[in-house]
Amino acid sequence: MAERITKNMARNIYFGGSLFAILLFAGLTMDTVQKVPELSNDVQITEAVASGKNLWEVNNCVGCHTIMGEGAYYAPELANVFDRRGQANEEYFKSYLQAWMAAQPLPNNGRRKMPQFNLTEQQVNDLADFLIWTSRIDDNDWPPNIEG
Amino acid sequence: MKYSSQMVAKPYFIFALILLAGEILFGLILGLQYINGDFLFPEIPFNVARMVHTNLLIVLILFGFMGAAYYLVPEESERELWSPLLAKITFWVFAAAGVATILGYLFVPYSTLAEVTYNNLFPTMGREFLEQPTITKIGIVLVVLSFILNIGMTVLKGRKTVITVVLLTGLVGMAVFFLFAFYLPENLVLDKFFWWFVIHLWVEGVWELILGAILSFVLIKVTGVDREHIDKWLYLIIAMTLVSGIVGTGHHYFYIGTPSYWLWIGSIASAVEPLPFFLMVLYAFTMAKQRRIDHDNKIALTWAKGTAVISFLGAGVWGFMHTLAPVNYFTHGTQLTAAHGHLAFFGAYIMILFTIISYAMPIMRGRAHGNGPKAQAVERASFWLMVIGMLGVTLALTAAGIGQIMMQRWPDTEALSFMATQAELIPIYKVRFAFGLMVFTGLLTYLYSFFVKENTTVNA
Repeated sequence: MAERITKNMARNIYFGGSLFAILLFAGLTMDTVQKVPELSNDVQITEAVASGKNLWEVNNCVGCHTIMGEGAYYAPELANVFDRRGQANEEYFKSYLQAWMAAQPLPNNGRRKMPQFNLTEQQVNDLADFLIWTSRIDDNDWPPNIEG
Repeated sequence: MKYSSQMVAKPYFIFALILLAGEILFGLILGLQYINGDFLFPEIPFNVARMVHTNLLIVLILFGFMGAAYYLVPEESERELWSPLLAKITFWVFAAAGVATILGYLFVPYSTLAEVTYNNLFPTMGREFLEQPTITKIGIVLVVLSFILNIGMTVLKGRKTVITVVLLTGLVGMAVFFLFAFYLPENLVLDKFFWWFVIHLWVEGVWELILGAILSFVLIKVTGVDREHIDKWLYLIIAMTLVSGIVGTGHHYFYIGTPSYWLWIGSIASAVEPLPFFLMVLYAFTMAKQRRIDHDNKIALTWAKGTAVISFLGAGVWGFMHTLAPVNYFTHGTQLTAAHGHLAFFGAYIMILFTIISYAMPIMRGRAHGNGPKAQAVERASFWLMVIGMLGVTLALTAAGIGQIMMQRWPDTEALSFMATQAELIPIYKVRFAFGLMVFTGLLTYLYSFFVKENTTVNA
């Protein structure tokens, strides 16, 4: 195969192919950026949700957990933790998360440990709001079941 | 060695190997934490060890790329490096910034690190692989720009070859896409969407250009094959890389809140992604078969062939396994992802560094024909220890991933919880750890090969 292709042909395939790919990808990117606000309920991003996302970041939660399948694979998926633990009730979920965060690290021998992050009550509520917002993103019905 | 300024590559290579030892060591710590959650807790929590593991990987690859460029560009351009002094300064700045950041991860709680580096003024922290404080990210940009300036000026003022132009394209692309690391929108979906512009377009895009250029340089040197021939292959490989890899970013846009047309586009484009790696296997073996010289540095050619084969397996085969959307629905974010990541990074980006280091280091140490037979024999043992070790790690993680899917993802009712599933997988994690130890042994053997003394007395 390679014998019939000259160096000039190969170079043209490289330039032409790359240009095509870049233009196609740029077009799809523009379309995606326009559609994401609706798919993610952008209008629901309150100050609390934004603050919760910041807490998620500055405590490096993604260093152990996944969120929509991305992150580390050491601790449970959290994009659907509201569906899994919240009993469809935001207030219930917040009190659950308050108790859960306060109890860390759990004393169980050998179990994977979550550090104590010493978050305030307000901060845990913000984190809960962020996770509740995340659980409502239209992500093509992922994950397959409630266990994440 | 034709130009004295090529010597600036040496500290880059040495430092990359030291960082690699650290990277594997932290990998072993993580492997033990998978077996026993109490290991090193609370001194080094999992997330901290993982940051150190992945950030060391990225930084060591950058050091390796820089060393490779400083070594090969003067020789290709047929002139001295534009500024050897700048290359030396860049080395120390990058090394100091890298070490300071890693020590920051280890000794300061991450939220404190964010606070003292004013992350609130310009938030960029807290995303996978981009955990570095904003100030470190700015430092990386400055270091990379000064590196590209140095390489770019050398290329522009000297003979231009396909290898140097492709290399430079890859380096500029790397700098451009890193700028997305500074964009952190409030919307998690947009955040993830553009995060992949750094991660995917690096490792499955522009880095492959750099990989192709380094591989081509070594192949020319150790096989003596005609440059026209090499150039043609290189163009074909990188054409396939970019055609499949750029739109192939879509295989990350299945389940993160992006439009559903990505399910089709991402699947189709990324299904082609193994092709450039397959071409690379044909390339390395065809060049070796058609070689015109029998270079004494045989181990460098072994590494070159190994790079092609293992990157094809790791990136190509293990990537294809879970790249189609209906399959990815079940594999997304499982240990299968980790299996693919480990073999792909090792095969493509660690083995290419061993390739260039094993070719260039003996020359920089005054052995134009490569190390002696004894040192090469030790190095060959290290090659197999590391390759078999990484294959073992990958197979173990694959088994863990399949187990995870069967127990936790697949069942509609009575699926096991994440934590219960992980407890079931501990025996497999023990196997993974054992193969990890083998990889580390392999690296130590590799490092030892630098110190092997040759018998200069003639045996009867």
